[in-house]
Amino acid sequence: MRFLFKTDYEDDIKLFPHSGYWVSYGILLALLLIAPYVLSSYLMSQLVFVCIYATVGVALLILTGFTGQASLGHAAFLAIGAYTAAYLQKYNVPFPVYFFAAGALTGIIGAMVGFPALRLTGIYLVIATISFALIVEEILARWESVTNGNEGMRVKTLSLLGVTVPRDSPTFYYLCLAVLVLTIVGTLNLLRSPTGRAFVAIRDSETAARSMGVNVALYKVKSFAISAAITGFAGVLFAHKLSFISPEMFTLQLSIEFIIVILIGGAFSLHGAVLGAIFIVMIDPFLTYLKDDVPGMIAGIAAAFGAGKATAGSIQSNVAAFASLNGLKGAIYGIIIVLFVLFEPLGLYGRWLKIKLFFQLFPLYKRATFKRQKIYVKSERNR
Amino acid sequence: MLDFVQQLVSGVALGCVYGLIALGFVLVYKATEVVNFAQGDLMMLGGFFAFTFIGMMGLNYWVGFAGAVAAMALFGMLAERVVVRPILGYPQFSIIMATIGLGYFLRSIAGMIWGTDDLKIETPFSQGVLRIGSLVLAYDKLSVIAATMILCTLLWLFFNKTTLGTAMRASSENMLAAYYMGIPVKRVVSIVWAISAAVATCAGVLLAPITFIHSNVGLVLGLKAFPAAVLGGFGSIPGAVVGGVLIGVIESMAGFYLPEGWKDVAPYLVLLAVLLLKPEGLFGHHVRKKV
Repeated sequence: MRFLFKTDYEDDIKLFPHSGYWVSYGILLALLLIAPYVLSSYLMSQLVFVCIYATVGVALLILTGFTGQASLGHAAFLAIGAYTAAYLQKYNVPFPVYFFAAGALTGIIGAMVGFPALRLTGIYLVIATISFALIVEEILARWESVTNGNEGMRVKTLSLLGVTVPRDSPTFYYLCLAVLVLTIVGTLNLLRSPTGRAFVAIRDSETAARSMGVNVALYKVKSFAISAAITGFAGVLFAHKLSFISPEMFTLQLSIEFIIVILIGGAFSLHGAVLGAIFIVMIDPFLTYLKDDVPGMIAGIAAAFGAGKATAGSIQSNVAAFASLNGLKGAIYGIIIVLFVLFEPLGLYGRWLKIKLFFQLFPLYKRATFKRQKIYVKSERNR
Repeated sequence: MLDFVQQLVSGVALGCVYGLIALGFVLVYKATEVVNFAQGDLMMLGGFFAFTFIGMMGLNYWVGFAGAVAAMALFGMLAERVVVRPILGYPQFSIIMATIGLGYFLRSIAGMIWGTDDLKIETPFSQGVLRIGSLVLAYDKLSVIAATMILCTLLWLFFNKTTLGTAMRASSENMLAAYYMGIPVKRVVSIVWAISAAVATCAGVLLAPITFIHSNVGLVLGLKAFPAAVLGGFGSIPGAVVGGVLIGVIESMAGFYLPEGWKDVAPYLVLLAVLLLKPEGLFGHHVRKKV
């Protein structure tokens, strides 16, 4: 086990606490860079979605994970980013300009949402953000001169510095990866700055933060604006990846998916956003696999255990019928959410930390290290 | 003028349904400080249970109604035991997520079992209208209004006049202190979930002739019930119903007098306005923050 000796504050806030980080993240980055030449085009397309979802996940982590302001309205920010890109593209605005314009506009709208949200906490904030998202969805469907209403908008192929970048080319993947990496590095830097410290202080106790001299209102609005702006950037990439956007893509369902990203990944670390994004995006290929291959496999196993040909066939058709049931995806989502909340509240990254600690401390690992504390006393109504 | 009254009545009837769902939110919130995002889905499931008893098994309407309510009360206790109790006392957001997950699960399971078509229950109120002058009132809408009033009164009396109701209010204020005073907090929470599932079922069955039953009805109406609960001040039983009626009337007036599109947005605009101006709602009481 490695012990880190920290002698001053600079040591404590290093981005890479020791050289091992350079090696492991260097290898990861190298693997991601050669991915387009190794993986199939379907998996590459999923990987682009992982990058986009992870970017939104990081944005949501800044707001929900580190500032403690829950939001179920991030699909609206994504939509605003996507529609800004699609609208400005019609007037031949170059990519870098509308990319940053989308981020800026979404950030401003995020700040405008943040101001009213100052008075709200807990459940009221959740409901208010849901309402905001529903109103944005309706505006997108009705403001036909700009958004083309329910018919949706086509998004032209991205052209960057005179070069066209098709949505399934490696260059587009590198662009998404670059946005994700820059977002993560930027967020890490933000979190070790006074602003980030103020966010965490507000999350832990608003009253205590205020009495320490943190301007709670200012930092909450900042947190909303930063989170929204990053989501807006992701929205531009999302629009280009889909090449067609319409209001029914940005529903409450999508906002919930983003929350699931950080819930499943682990809402206390940026690793969580990436792990959660991988999980959410890979559910679809997994379900396809379930539909195509698993029935045959189970029937094969049954046959190996001596089931007759007729029995194996009926097992295969039954399993296939189950796997192609309509609502299976929703049911799996529901079960996954409940199971994670009940049994793995720290998410996938928390599980990884537990496994790591288990081997580091080998015979001495205690389960209670990660036990959550129950609070029965505090009524949130009186807080 | 006649149009206005007609819209008013249908708005009130719609609002009573929102109010009934909001009542479920409020009950669970009052007793456990948990917001149940699956409340609308409990309503949907109650409607499907009633459809199974009445439409498929051919039972008498009232017998089927009572059966559905009883079955859903048990189901509510089960849901509380499996999903909510293990995380009672943890941050509110994890419980919100757990109930959202439960809602997802119920919706897709209901879709698998009962299919995706709109189902209809034959009720004694399905046909017939009451005519007052030139005003036409359908019995199914009147039945919703009447049932809401009765349920609201009963629940208000229950919470304020009975020992069990007092125990529920006590455990919502401070679970630990209530436990020290000898209140079986776990059983109280379980009963609250049973009652709220039963109320949701009443809403689902009464609604069946008006909106039909399909697996997404709970999501749609549940989202409309939030503004109702907030408007009434989360935690007040009469507030939930008044909030529901206000939202219903606003929605139906906006649908009639304003251009298309306002109908769906109006409840949420009202909600945001209320949250900005009077976050504790119409019937809530203001509390100071403590460290």
